[in-house]
Amino acid sequence: MLTDWLSPEEWQAVALSLRVSFWAVAASLPLGIFTAYALARWRFPGKQIVNGLVHLPLILPPVVTGYLLLLTFGRTGTVGRFLDEWFGLVFAFRWTGAALAAAVMAFPLMVRAIRLAIEAVDPKLEEAASTLGAGPVRVFATVTLPLILPGVLAGAILAFAKAMGEFGATITFVSNIPGQTQTLPSAIYAFLQVPGGEPQAARLVLVAVAVAMVALLASEWLGRAVARRIAGR
Amino acid sequence: MTLDVRLVHRLPGLTLDLAFEAPAGLTALFGRSGAGKTTVINAVAGLLRPDAGRIVAEGTVLLDTDRGICLPPHRRRIGYVFQDARLFPHLTVRQNLLFGNRLAPRGDPGAPLDRIVEMLGIGPLLPRRPGALSGGEKSRVALGRAILAKPRVLLMDEPLAALDEARKAEILPYLERLRDEIGLPMLYVSHSAAEVARLATTIVLIEAGRCTAAGPAAEILSDPALAPGMGLREAGAILPARVAAQEDDGLTRLDTAAGPVWLPRVPAAPGTSLRIRILATDVMIATRRPEALSALNVLPGRVTALRAGEGPGVMVQLSLGGAPILARITRRSATALGLAPGREVYAVLKAVSVAAESIGGG
Repeated sequence: MLTDWLSPEEWQAVALSLRVSFWAVAASLPLGIFTAYALARWRFPGKQIVNGLVHLPLILPPVVTGYLLLLTFGRTGTVGRFLDEWFGLVFAFRWTGAALAAAVMAFPLMVRAIRLAIEAVDPKLEEAASTLGAGPVRVFATVTLPLILPGVLAGAILAFAKAMGEFGATITFVSNIPGQTQTLPSAIYAFLQVPGGEPQAARLVLVAVAVAMVALLASEWLGRAVARRIAGR
Repeated sequence: MTLDVRLVHRLPGLTLDLAFEAPAGLTALFGRSGAGKTTVINAVAGLLRPDAGRIVAEGTVLLDTDRGICLPPHRRRIGYVFQDARLFPHLTVRQNLLFGNRLAPRGDPGAPLDRIVEMLGIGPLLPRRPGALSGGEKSRVALGRAILAKPRVLLMDEPLAALDEARKAEILPYLERLRDEIGLPMLYVSHSAAEVARLATTIVLIEAGRCTAAGPAAEILSDPALAPGMGLREAGAILPARVAAQEDDGLTRLDTAAGPVWLPRVPAAPGTSLRIRILATDVMIATRRPEALSALNVLPGRVTALRAGEGPGVMVQLSLGGAPILARITRRSATALGLAPGREVYAVLKAVSVAAESIGGG
């Protein structure tokens, strides 16, 4: 029914955005958990620098982030060339590039939510698990991860919503090619550039608002679930 | 079945430098708060790496800084009952109990879940989550969880300190059963003389990071020289006793090495072995058998040692039929009575002075 309500062109943008956001979150989640754990629990030299780098996309103009991605992951960028030659992985002007841009932009939100959940877990519980014979990996898998799971989900949902809305970095890095890199916000922007495109834009705006609202409510609810879980009720 | 500990560790404001041996049974690490007791058991558990030391549990070297050995906590098989229980909130009581059990070596039979659950009386709690448990219930589950991991040694860091008197009274019998039924060396940190007197088979006194005395509980508790370290008000000997008879007027007669002792009704069957505690401040000394006195328990004995403190008091050690007890009297009385080692005397204990909470099995 959503496909009836939206034109094929509009639906293409929504479907692409969903795919881009899903992969952006799925691929960055393990790194997000690792980074959040390192920032919450470890002491290491340069921790503030890592923290700054993680949060940088939140503060920088998205155009700047997009341009930096283009320099690094573009066809002529060092990392981009390496990935293309060795793994056949191309980011420039592909949907994968949109996913990368979305992942980078959403990363700070994801890490913040997961870090808060990790900080709420008492390290004494992890100590107790180690005295019961659990090694570090098992402690993480059987104590830490289950306790922070709602926080991880909340972080993933927020990141997904952020990825759905990413515009500046995406359009700078991978442009605005319908069916390739034209995500929902890019499509809204494109419809607003042509006369008579406003009704189409308005439908997509409704989709964007609905996605954002559901994501916010879900992450709030999961945040409370973390607290319940840690209280053990 | 022993644990050997030798440690040197510098902490801000305290240098730990001690060595002791914990045989089978319950070894109490006794001392004031801040004496370094918890640091010692954290080092045994591997949660803290001391500057230097050697820890051997049942022949397995857990730590030897000279040889560069320091097993991580999960390889030590040391059960640890924390003061704050530390149950996993996302698991049910049953899952908590089995957490370490699943990771323990298969070959070792250990105590089965059913037996531990029955011994600790936690059967009805199994499907519940820890958040809904009372403090006493949490302590019992934590105890069961540690034992089911089949440890070589059980460490307990003031497991009763967070509980009120009623809850303590609820846990103590379980601790006694564990001590007597599971042949596991237990290291028990406490600053409560009453708990130590009730539970300990061996006592290690720790003061400011050093071990000032160590030995069988009955010896340490009746040593007048160590009484100041136990706290003068709390100092008191323990006496093994056996329930002889329940008498018609509500008293219970106990047989001890010192002779018969009467207590208000002790709810135990004749033949039950008990441990009674006699506080030094609750003992009076007479040089002749007193007559027309309300105190029921008057026991003949001999002075074996006297130790004067800095104040007006004297700690007197008496041997009552071979059982040593302590009496705290004033220096003036000691002089007036002419007390000296070898002197035949009578110890007067009021029946009520043997507190009910200090009666323990073992």
